[in-house]
Amino acid sequence: MKKLKYPIVMSLALAFIFIGCGDQRKSSNGALTSNVADRVYVAPGEHDEYYAFISGGFSGQLSVYGLPSGRLFKVIPVFSQDAEKAWGYNEETKPMLNTSHGFVPWDDSHHPDISQTNGELDGRWVFINGNNTPRIAKIDLSVFETTEIIEIPNSAGNHSSAFVTENTEYVVAGTRFSVPVPQRDMPISEYKGNFKGALTFISVNPEDGGMNIKFQLLMPGFDYDLSHPGRGNSHGWFFFSTYNTEEASTLMEVNASQNDKDFIAAVNWKKIEEYVNNGGGTMMPANYAHNVYDEETHTGTSTMKKEVLVVNPSEVPDAVYLLPTPKSPHGCDVDPTGEYIVGSGKLSADLTVHSFTKMLAAIEGKKYDGDAYGIPILKFEDVLAGTVSQPGLGPLHTEFDGKGNAYTTFFISSEVVKWKLGTWEVVDRQPCFYSVGHLMIPGGNSRKPFGKYVVAMNKITKDRYLPTGPEVTQSAQLYDISGEKMELLLDFPTVGEPHYAAGIAADIVKARSKKIFELKNNHHKYGIQSDADVRVERNGKEVHIYMSMIRSHFNPDNIEGIKVGDKVYFHVTNLEQDYDVPHGVSMIGANTSELLIMPGQTETFVWEPKQPGVWPFYCTDFCSALHQEMQGYVRVSPANSNIDLSWSLGE
Amino acid sequence: MKKSRIIMALAALLPLLLFVFPLWKITLEAPQYPTPLGMYIHINDFSDANPHDIKNINLMNHYVGMKYIPDAIPEFKIFPIGIIITTVIGLIIALKANHKWFLYWFIMMVLVSTAGLIDFYIWEYDYGHDLDPKAIMKFTNPDGSVMGFQPPFFGSKDILNFRAHSYPQLGAYCLALGIALGLISYFMGKKERN
Repeated sequence: MKKLKYPIVMSLALAFIFIGCGDQRKSSNGALTSNVADRVYVAPGEHDEYYAFISGGFSGQLSVYGLPSGRLFKVIPVFSQDAEKAWGYNEETKPMLNTSHGFVPWDDSHHPDISQTNGELDGRWVFINGNNTPRIAKIDLSVFETTEIIEIPNSAGNHSSAFVTENTEYVVAGTRFSVPVPQRDMPISEYKGNFKGALTFISVNPEDGGMNIKFQLLMPGFDYDLSHPGRGNSHGWFFFSTYNTEEASTLMEVNASQNDKDFIAAVNWKKIEEYVNNGGGTMMPANYAHNVYDEETHTGTSTMKKEVLVVNPSEVPDAVYLLPTPKSPHGCDVDPTGEYIVGSGKLSADLTVHSFTKMLAAIEGKKYDGDAYGIPILKFEDVLAGTVSQPGLGPLHTEFDGKGNAYTTFFISSEVVKWKLGTWEVVDRQPCFYSVGHLMIPGGNSRKPFGKYVVAMNKITKDRYLPTGPEVTQSAQLYDISGEKMELLLDFPTVGEPHYAAGIAADIVKARSKKIFELKNNHHKYGIQSDADVRVERNGKEVHIYMSMIRSHFNPDNIEGIKVGDKVYFHVTNLEQDYDVPHGVSMIGANTSELLIMPGQTETFVWEPKQPGVWPFYCTDFCSALHQEMQGYVRVSPANSNIDLSWSLGE
Repeated sequence: MKKSRIIMALAALLPLLLFVFPLWKITLEAPQYPTPLGMYIHINDFSDANPHDIKNINLMNHYVGMKYIPDAIPEFKIFPIGIIITTVIGLIIALKANHKWFLYWFIMMVLVSTAGLIDFYIWEYDYGHDLDPKAIMKFTNPDGSVMGFQPPFFGSKDILNFRAHSYPQLGAYCLALGIALGLISYFMGKKERN
């Protein structure tokens, strides 16, 4: 009987909130609500005002939507193989999915964040974390492709990640699960005091976005859940919410929910950076992959790195502090001014907001409430800016509109609640359908949110769409927040289980978008510049085909002299230099995927023919009126045959 | 120095601007080309209106069997020499000769330019009509004759899915102005004499 009590309370609360909200929805109808459809309608040929980059969750990818229309433009392959784009199938991108655990063609992508300059979105890159096998990926927005993936050593469940500092100095990767560092065989029951939580600071090269792990802060064995950078006055600090400060390792839902307060860890990264630049920290053996895709060679390379610089927080006095926050905080969000740090104690009835100014004053006064493994704990009352009292059930995440309002999602009561910074009063609430997780205001993680829309990412949809069997779509909801009252404008389905999203004004990104790859800049090892370079070469049992494609033929289109047991590499260059004219190529029986090759690009796939015969290949992307004719044959002879290698076009 | 001689010298020099500005432009518009394809014709070369336009025009045109727009045609060697010679002649006339020679220079220029335009028309006609017999697509006119794809000589015209425009550019206007100044300098010279 005791066990049942909690769910009953929850369902009662849920029912209560839904009834309450139903009434409110009617009363919020303003003069403009009659033309809701108009406000999300983007006429044929016109462009959306914002790009929304919505994480693909367990799909491992990143999806690109337009706002306000909610139209899906592209799914960018990041951590998972994608046959549509040959990602992880062609020879060029296989290295991108390499890790210290080998080829891991999947991950759980969570939190995208757009690069910033002076605290404003610059639209150059999107960073996103792989939660499962800890990784951070960088997507270049000139091509909308993943161009770099770095694995995070000493971590597990890379969750409080990937968020960038004001000038994209760093992207962080905080571990959700603490683990033995270095990994070793030890009893799980000896977790407490032995496991460590790594907060990883990856520096970003301002020129090309190149990532490099600058240092890892080895924190106590809590779970590090979410994080946000400081900005404005608090630029130079990073804030991480924690749970399981109990350091429990079993039946976590109970054992990690015992402390009335957990912490938000405040990290003065500038101080640690200075310490590291002066030779501080310890080099520690490690093993992690750093994968980089080069746009001129159209090829990814994977390098295994062998060491990482670790910093023990007690080595750097005044760099790390713990802010007590009730109770099992999830979201950790910093307002655009950088003054307020909102911690959503997901099991707490209230919303806790800390003050950066008060935090500095408390540090100055050294009024500590003890310490955890040498890290000072500040007094709750000394850092508290205010409390939003009983705003809803199960607060998760908060975003800001830049006009002094905050918007918090409530998972259990399934709603977005708008409240005022400073007065802490609730001013509006809107229901979500259903069970909202993150929300996003374009520019939300910057000093200048655009403040026109909020997108709620819901975990459950139930009856909102046509049913598709037991698994129904996940969805996002778009609210207009330009007025005093929020207004629901649109539902749209999403890829995977979207966690977080990042939004940006379309004009910032559009202006940088690439239309083609210049053929003359193609430095692929097996690329060709013109039909004069077309050839087939044998090297033992390896055959390399240097093939070109252009509307509407392959060159060569007939190849003979291939034998069973050969390893045949198709290196295919698209000679087109026209926008939006990719070609595809696929080979019968190849154990990879088709290649989709952009103008000026070279891609390679491997085919190992197992049977003699004459086997066709063809273009997989409708390219021209003669697309159906874009095809060719490979003659495969028995292994002992002495037919010479030959190739031709038009003979 | 007499005004007429200065004008004549100017007339002789203006056509040199053909080495700076394009002579002509052919533009091809179609629904699937939000940015139209375009090609500039200079005194000594073809050039893209936008990167890779000529390559893409060739790719389009190969369906109906049109030849690739050549990298170099003989005219690109002859025309620059012609312009330099006529400029030199014009300058010598401006310095030394009687105003009647201004008129002869003007007539020569009109003849040379007309010859150039005729040559342009012949090139266009050939480019649009001399099609590969193995062309992928063959179109006929309503009377049954083989359809040509000659761009307009001057003005605009529909060719299958394209709307083609053909208009002179700044270089051509400089040439025309030079020729006109030649005639003006003749009349000025005549007046100065009287």
